[in-house]
Amino acid sequence: MQYIYLSIVLFSLIGAIIVGLGCSRLSRVAAHSIAITGVAIAFVLSLFVLFNVTLQHAPVYNGSVYQWASLGGLSLEIGFLIDGLTALMITVVSFISLLVHIYTIGYMRDDPGYNRFFSYISMFTFAMLMLVMSNNFLQLFFGWEAVGLASYLLIGFWFKRPTATAAGLKAFLINRVGDFGFILGIAAIFAVSGSLDYQTVFQQAPVIAELNVVGLGDGSGSMLTLICIFLFIGAMGKSAQVPLHIWLPDSMEGPTPISALIHAATMVTAGVFMVARMSPLFEYSETALSFILVIGALTALLMGMVGIVQHDIKRVIAYSTLSQLGYMVVALGASAYSAAIFHLMTHAFFKALLFLAAGSVIIALHHEQDMRRMGGLRKLMPVTYWTCLIGALALIGFPGLSGFYSKDMIIEVVGHSKLWGAGVAEFCVVVGVFVTALYTFRMIFLTFHGQPRFDAHTAAQIKESPHVVTIPLILLAIPSVLVGALTVKPLLFGDLLRNALVVFNIHNTLLKAHPEFHGVISYTFHSLQSPALYLAAAGVFTAWWLYIKQPQWPAKIKTALLPLHHILRRKYWVDEIYQNGIAAGSRALADRLWRFGDAFIIDGIIINGSARLITRGADRLRNVQSGYLFHYAFAMIVGLLLLLGWMYLR
Amino acid sequence: MLENWPLLSLLIWLPIAGGMVVLALGERFRSAAKITALAVTLLTFYLCIPLYGYFDNTQSAMQFIEQQPWIAGLNIFYHLGIDGIALPLIVLTALMTLLVVAAGWQVIQKRVAQYLAAFLIMEGLMIGVFAALDAILFYVFFEAMLIPMFLIIGVWGGPNRIYATLKFFLYTFFGSVLFLLALIYLHLQSGGFEILEFHQLPLGATQQLWIFLAFLFAFGVKVPMFPLHTWLPDAHVEAPTGGSVILAAITLKIGAYGFLRFALPITPDACLQLSGLVIVLSLVAVVYVGFVALAQKDLKKLIAYSSIAHMGFVTLGAFVMFAMLADVAPADKTATAILGLQGAMVQMVSHGFVSAALFLCVGVLYDRMHTRLIGDYGGVANSMPVFAAFMVLFALANTGLPGTSGFVGEFLVILASFKVSLWYAIPAATTLVLGASYTLWMIKRVVFGDIANERVAALKDIDQREFGILALLAIAVIVIGVWPQPLLDVMQPSIENLVQHILQSKL
Repeated sequence: MQYIYLSIVLFSLIGAIIVGLGCSRLSRVAAHSIAITGVAIAFVLSLFVLFNVTLQHAPVYNGSVYQWASLGGLSLEIGFLIDGLTALMITVVSFISLLVHIYTIGYMRDDPGYNRFFSYISMFTFAMLMLVMSNNFLQLFFGWEAVGLASYLLIGFWFKRPTATAAGLKAFLINRVGDFGFILGIAAIFAVSGSLDYQTVFQQAPVIAELNVVGLGDGSGSMLTLICIFLFIGAMGKSAQVPLHIWLPDSMEGPTPISALIHAATMVTAGVFMVARMSPLFEYSETALSFILVIGALTALLMGMVGIVQHDIKRVIAYSTLSQLGYMVVALGASAYSAAIFHLMTHAFFKALLFLAAGSVIIALHHEQDMRRMGGLRKLMPVTYWTCLIGALALIGFPGLSGFYSKDMIIEVVGHSKLWGAGVAEFCVVVGVFVTALYTFRMIFLTFHGQPRFDAHTAAQIKESPHVVTIPLILLAIPSVLVGALTVKPLLFGDLLRNALVVFNIHNTLLKAHPEFHGVISYTFHSLQSPALYLAAAGVFTAWWLYIKQPQWPAKIKTALLPLHHILRRKYWVDEIYQNGIAAGSRALADRLWRFGDAFIIDGIIINGSARLITRGADRLRNVQSGYLFHYAFAMIVGLLLLLGWMYLR
Repeated sequence: MLENWPLLSLLIWLPIAGGMVVLALGERFRSAAKITALAVTLLTFYLCIPLYGYFDNTQSAMQFIEQQPWIAGLNIFYHLGIDGIALPLIVLTALMTLLVVAAGWQVIQKRVAQYLAAFLIMEGLMIGVFAALDAILFYVFFEAMLIPMFLIIGVWGGPNRIYATLKFFLYTFFGSVLFLLALIYLHLQSGGFEILEFHQLPLGATQQLWIFLAFLFAFGVKVPMFPLHTWLPDAHVEAPTGGSVILAAITLKIGAYGFLRFALPITPDACLQLSGLVIVLSLVAVVYVGFVALAQKDLKKLIAYSSIAHMGFVTLGAFVMFAMLADVAPADKTATAILGLQGAMVQMVSHGFVSAALFLCVGVLYDRMHTRLIGDYGGVANSMPVFAAFMVLFALANTGLPGTSGFVGEFLVILASFKVSLWYAIPAATTLVLGASYTLWMIKRVVFGDIANERVAALKDIDQREFGILALLAIAVIVIGVWPQPLLDVMQPSIENLVQHILQSKL
């Protein structure tokens, strides 16, 4: 079996290397064939592993591939941990990656960087698979940084655009702020357990939970809380939680397939995956869980609201992603790790679908992304429209579709959480449902319904996208509909994730929400009574009223609520704080330190100053050797007198 | 057969003799001189293969020992030998000199023979520093090394080279004088100049303190540690590409090597006493110098400041375990010390590759555009795609990306620091943000973007010679990042031995 696991990661790596090194020599067909073959093999093998784990009940595999470093009693290895969680993640990752690879053939058709693009996305797939398959913190960090690298390179893929390279840099640096916490968390784990292997560390969790932090405050702070918060700071960077979220909307500068694969379906969920994987640690720290709950809730509501005022179709979906990541994080905070993973999976399908559908619209309109210049595309692009609509319905939680099950479950479990902050979180996620429905259907109506707002010349050229684009849309629409109903039982109430996750009984909100599971149908009917459904309906209705029925209203509302609109348009001024406060402040500080510290004090005063002192001293001293005899004679006489006087007085 | 050869002597004197030959050939036999220089560096590098092959990495004792009386009256010997700490640095030296000769092949137009000769002689002297087991022999190599570097910067350097060379020379020379005083004092105590005997020498607390301060100054200038670092940016800016490469890749390592070979084992108690100072200076190097690097407008200055910040990790790794509380279990202390020292060593080797590669990249740009100012570039990736790929790779290695060599050392040192104290680990970990900021911001301004001006548009991508040099470094950077174990294996017994020694008080 370990060869299968190894093959899963290696084939995409080999694809990336061949296409990357042969970038300029390979033909386009060769490049995409190689890359797609690699990822296709990874997908087939992942599916096999998933079946093996679910149906054959294969035992958890935990083995090392090679020893990366061993020193001073510490052994750092590269290895795999294959359980239900991993099997699920690799299947989702490789499936979406495969579809995005195929879609790219159509989307990047005219791009000169075609081969380079395939090399990058295969490399990303490799890194992401390494991340989720890891059995230790070192490899986790490897994958973590490598997906960040892929994201950096792909956001800045069109490197001639200053906005794209700036967005890439921003994404990398903000992620590095998160990684600063993450590496400290890993170092803390090593410091207290002497190991970086998951299993060893998790076994020691009860012992670590008793430890206090030395040298911090009065020394009574819990070490485990510190570790968990450090680790979660890493997750905040990667999964774009407030206030480290600002890179994700800007990452839309990258090509759309990347937005679907990296900035919606897979990489950004790495933080959620990581916290779920670390559930044996997080369960011991209610402080950390409360922190997670609040951060996630703020992200879910605040970012969703920004989505309402965006004009760029991709930015709407990007803010939606932020908000949905917030939902997942809230679930983590409520100790419903399986609900978070469930939403991660359903979200991966419908959000990738929405992005790819948006991409289909964008290429049809020749890279137009502003919804104010769209409208009425329903008839012109039927496949795109219907698949996009399915994605939108799944996102708002239309009963029976995948997002319905996962989102509803999150709202329920938060209601049962007893942690500090659970009240705020519940408010945010419930209101968030209305907000989600509003921005989602605002997007649908503005793009596909109403009157076309582009000129006739463009209209004549618009046609449905080619098959390489529409087939991935259809293939994503199917799971967006079905996967929720099919997997709600095994994921939440079965034992697929049971080996991987640890939930203490007192935190088990899932069990409190559903002491028994009576099947999908009764579950569906049960949820029809929840307020969430009606809030979503209200959101859709509002969107319909404002953008189809009374299209003049939004402008009026905007004028009436100008301050609020301004806050949302400015995205709570967080970007300005970073830009003018932190970034500009650092640059100014850097300049001061250099000019004052290095140039003025060290070089100016100490180094050149002492050189000047010596020169000047020497100048003075030189006067002594004047060469005039009477000077010397005078000096001798004075000296002699002083000497005699001293001897006499003694 | 080769194992009975005096390999170390060959490694030292072959390049020096080769340098003399190249010097003798002179400008009149320009191409012969160039070919001789290349052949000598290749042969020297080739000699490292048996050196590595016959090196027994299961034992910590000195190997390849050669000992001849030199100045009998003062008990000074021509005594050579290496352990796992010196070996990687010698191989690094041989490789870097080879690359520097190749890099200067077409670029240097003025006094080529003398230029190459200076590097060959420099190579022999640097290997001598790493191989010397007699303190006076070490000192002679250590001092002699200044001369070729002085000439390299002073003759082939930029417009402000005189100020830079003087600063460089005075700084290091001042440190050397104190170092010599310490050696003489040690000689008076032990009656000889054997470095290994110095290690065993019982010394009182005050004695150790003064000796350590001399070492700290001498090696702190070389590393360079804050606040003794300001000579380095000036020297780099004025030095020709080859000079910068050797300066960054090797001579800085000699300072750190001095700490491991002299300061730690000879004055362990003083190290313990002053560890706080060294750690704080190291962290200042990481944070303060990281910020200063952000403000730089000159490519070479930026990389020079980045070097200082990265060398901060070396001194941090070497000293951090001294700050562990006295009540920590000895086994824990040993493990942390090994972690820190191995991290410091890997960081040294890695920084050798990465900084050399970055200086070579700047050299490639400078050869074409004759400017080092970041503002003069922009959009280099458009006209030089292959070069851009390399430069981005090395920049990422400079930010400590996992999978590159830059990650390994920093990671191990951060692990060790956290083990000692949260408050050492936090400033150390800021390198993740600071290092990425100054490096990738530079990349954004130089490599990415649209073509900034006609001169950038006219740039030619790297030729095969440049490709070969950069590819070799790229492979080294990635191999160490993906699998550092072989490198760690070479150093492990020597580091363990050193740790055993330094954790034992001499008082």
